[in-house]
Amino acid sequence: MSTEVLKEQEVMDVETSAAVPPKKKKYRSQKGAEITSLVFSYIVLSILAIVWIIPILWIVLTAFRGGLDNGHGIVSSDYFPSSFGIDAFKELFTGSWLGVDFYFLRWFANTLVIAVIDCVVSTLLVLSVAYCMSKLRFKMRKAFMNITMILGLFPGFMSMIAIYYLLKSFGLTGNTGDNAWINLVGLVLAYSAGAGLGFQVAKGFFDVIPTSLVESAKLDGCTNSKIFWKIILPLSKPIIIYTALMSFTGPWMDFIFAKVIIGGGNPGWWTVSVGLYSMMYGNQYDASMFTIFAAGCVVVGIPIVGLFMALQKYYVEGVTAGAVKG
Amino acid sequence: MAEIVEKSYKKENIFVRFGRGFVRFFTKSIPNFFVKTLPGFFIKIGKGIKNFFVTFGKRFVDGSIGTKLSHFIFGSGNLFRGQIIKGIIYLLLQVGFVLYMVLCPGIKGPNNTMIPTGWKSLVNLGLNQADIVPDNRWTPNTVISSPNSFLYMLVGLATIAIIILYIIVWLSNIKSAYLADTAVKEGRKPSSFKDDILALFDNRFHILMLTPTCLAALIFTLLPTILMICIAFTSYNDFDMTAAGTTLFHWTHFANFKAIFTMDKASSLGVEIGARFLPVLGWTFLWAILATFSCYFGGILLAVLINKKGLKGKKVFRTIFILTIAVPQFISLLIMRNLLMSTGPVNSLLINFGLIKDPISFLGQNQGDNPWIARLMVVIINMWLGIPYTMLMTSGILMNIPADLYEAARVDGTSKPKMFFKITLPYVVFITTPYLIGSFVGNINSFNTIFLLTGGGPAIVSEGATYKAGQTDLLVTWLYKLTIENGDYNTGAVIGIFTFIITATITLITYRRSKAYNEEDTFQ
Repeated sequence: MSTEVLKEQEVMDVETSAAVPPKKKKYRSQKGAEITSLVFSYIVLSILAIVWIIPILWIVLTAFRGGLDNGHGIVSSDYFPSSFGIDAFKELFTGSWLGVDFYFLRWFANTLVIAVIDCVVSTLLVLSVAYCMSKLRFKMRKAFMNITMILGLFPGFMSMIAIYYLLKSFGLTGNTGDNAWINLVGLVLAYSAGAGLGFQVAKGFFDVIPTSLVESAKLDGCTNSKIFWKIILPLSKPIIIYTALMSFTGPWMDFIFAKVIIGGGNPGWWTVSVGLYSMMYGNQYDASMFTIFAAGCVVVGIPIVGLFMALQKYYVEGVTAGAVKG
Repeated sequence: MAEIVEKSYKKENIFVRFGRGFVRFFTKSIPNFFVKTLPGFFIKIGKGIKNFFVTFGKRFVDGSIGTKLSHFIFGSGNLFRGQIIKGIIYLLLQVGFVLYMVLCPGIKGPNNTMIPTGWKSLVNLGLNQADIVPDNRWTPNTVISSPNSFLYMLVGLATIAIIILYIIVWLSNIKSAYLADTAVKEGRKPSSFKDDILALFDNRFHILMLTPTCLAALIFTLLPTILMICIAFTSYNDFDMTAAGTTLFHWTHFANFKAIFTMDKASSLGVEIGARFLPVLGWTFLWAILATFSCYFGGILLAVLINKKGLKGKKVFRTIFILTIAVPQFISLLIMRNLLMSTGPVNSLLINFGLIKDPISFLGQNQGDNPWIARLMVVIINMWLGIPYTMLMTSGILMNIPADLYEAARVDGTSKPKMFFKITLPYVVFITTPYLIGSFVGNINSFNTIFLLTGGGPAIVSEGATYKAGQTDLLVTWLYKLTIENGDYNTGAVIGIFTFIITATITLITYRRSKAYNEEDTFQ
């Protein structure tokens, strides 16, 4: 089929060029212009790619800097390190500072557990709300959508402080001793509780699934629940993966919520973002440990970047859908 | 032919359209919103209330004795019709509510104090000074100190929420009784408990699916938001309360709002908060406009470049840009900060090349640095963060532009830049308008970028107290500094409310006009 079209086009090209000779010349010069503009594009794109890569490459290079100047490695004024080594990683996993262990593996594990729970809960909530809004018709549907939109306009910090107190009154935050793990429960709640309100992208996806499919299933005696689990979900792999990816990476990317809810306290129950930030600005550790911070960033970054790369297709699909739905 | 094509291009000219849209926004949309939309909204609500009472009255008059009794004793209608389990559940809910309201079981507060619940918590929303036992456990000026009053208020609001839930249960109990009546009248059996459970998976599936989200949103989104709105009307700030030697606060009505505008907050904070409000607001707007449009048009240009016909290695380039999205934002922002530090690589590179003598303070580290350098830098770094995202988004849209549009333009000998401005741009902008609004609002609330890059700096030289807003502080970062760092909760809440009013006005008006909203139903 496609070859046919191609052939046809070729024939047309030949015909036009044969019939109007001067146009052929113009075509050539156009081709020349196209090549120039292609070369231009390559150059611009390469420069841009380098600009975009420079900071990321720098952190990787710093992480592999040989030796730890000044104990734990301050910010270097050189872009390229003079020697390479894995001292920073060793220090990150086994070292301590002022008698306190780095706990990096524990931070990593904490964040992983939070991310997995948040991923499962959020995805379920988002998909169920999106399905209701897209495929079911009931009273209050439009009202629900308007209310969620208005709630989404309040700056997150305004409610963050109140959420902090709410969690505090349940005893889910501000624990500093051995029971500091309870803070993480509070953090999971804070992450996933409001997730259902961010249903718009998934709803946009469900909207595209033909309603006739749902209706014919209903005629066959399917219940709404069955339609959701047996018909809609199997068709929605891209949006499920996109939603799961977003909610899984959320806890790795978030910093401020984790900081407020976990606070200082017991470093054994921090998440990676709180831990890494404390390396830069904390009281617990010193600010002069940039190399170790860089090593930590690399360790955190690799799985997240890997996930994004592996699921790139779904991510792009979700982003594009979000463009139209807002 | 050429003229027609030319004309249709002209029609699509992005700048003309934008300008017209801008004018229309003020001359039509805003008046329309107040003349048509708002009254329409209230009329709708009025009709809803009327219908509610009509149904309510009808159910009371038409219902059986059980239904009538249901208005006073929950579940009696269901018990009357033999729906035992349902009836008992309703009854238990009512008994529980009445016991809670009347007995007011105290909740253990800090320092072995008891926080009153039930009707007591409603008196002055818990801010009833007589009820409050002083408590010295909370030391002022800790990161977040917790005066008792806050918990009292929380319990008070929770009680209001419980009352609202109680009313909902009350109405649903009446409806349920009435439905059982109707079923009997029509010769059917009233639904059994098992039927009701099964209905949750079919006709009433949405109730099952939405309840978790609604409850979670009520507790973790709605309640905190209302709580913080209430705080705006109180004297809740560590500064005042420490001065007064108390951990309690009280209602102050509109005093905080007045302070913002009359600039006389000096009494409590030692600085004139009001004098900083307008500059911060102005910069927030400027930032939102610059950040939104730089990322947006930059992203479209990049997408056009990458998706150029005949360009090889599209995937490689795209992957490089996605890489920067995938790196957690707080990491890339902290990297940027260190890269641009006065001792960082960028400055030393510039010095080594002899371009500058002294390091440039890119991110306003020191008090009194040139704010415009820092402002320019945050916008540029934000482009680094935001352009790949827009690029990804618009790539998909670019591929959907009908090819014959370009074909026609090529036949006419239209130049490439002209094609971009007259075909590509209008098309993309038309489709992504909702996203554009969303990202504008998102940028008004863009906390991470500012907080992690400049921390709001450079600070102003004349500044007495450290928590005054810096030169790159947005409303949200200022809000953070005021509340979390300095315990000035009431002023923070006022600023939060303003931020909400601004974003809500922009969104509601533009969103209601957009296709995505108006044709939401017809889309499928």
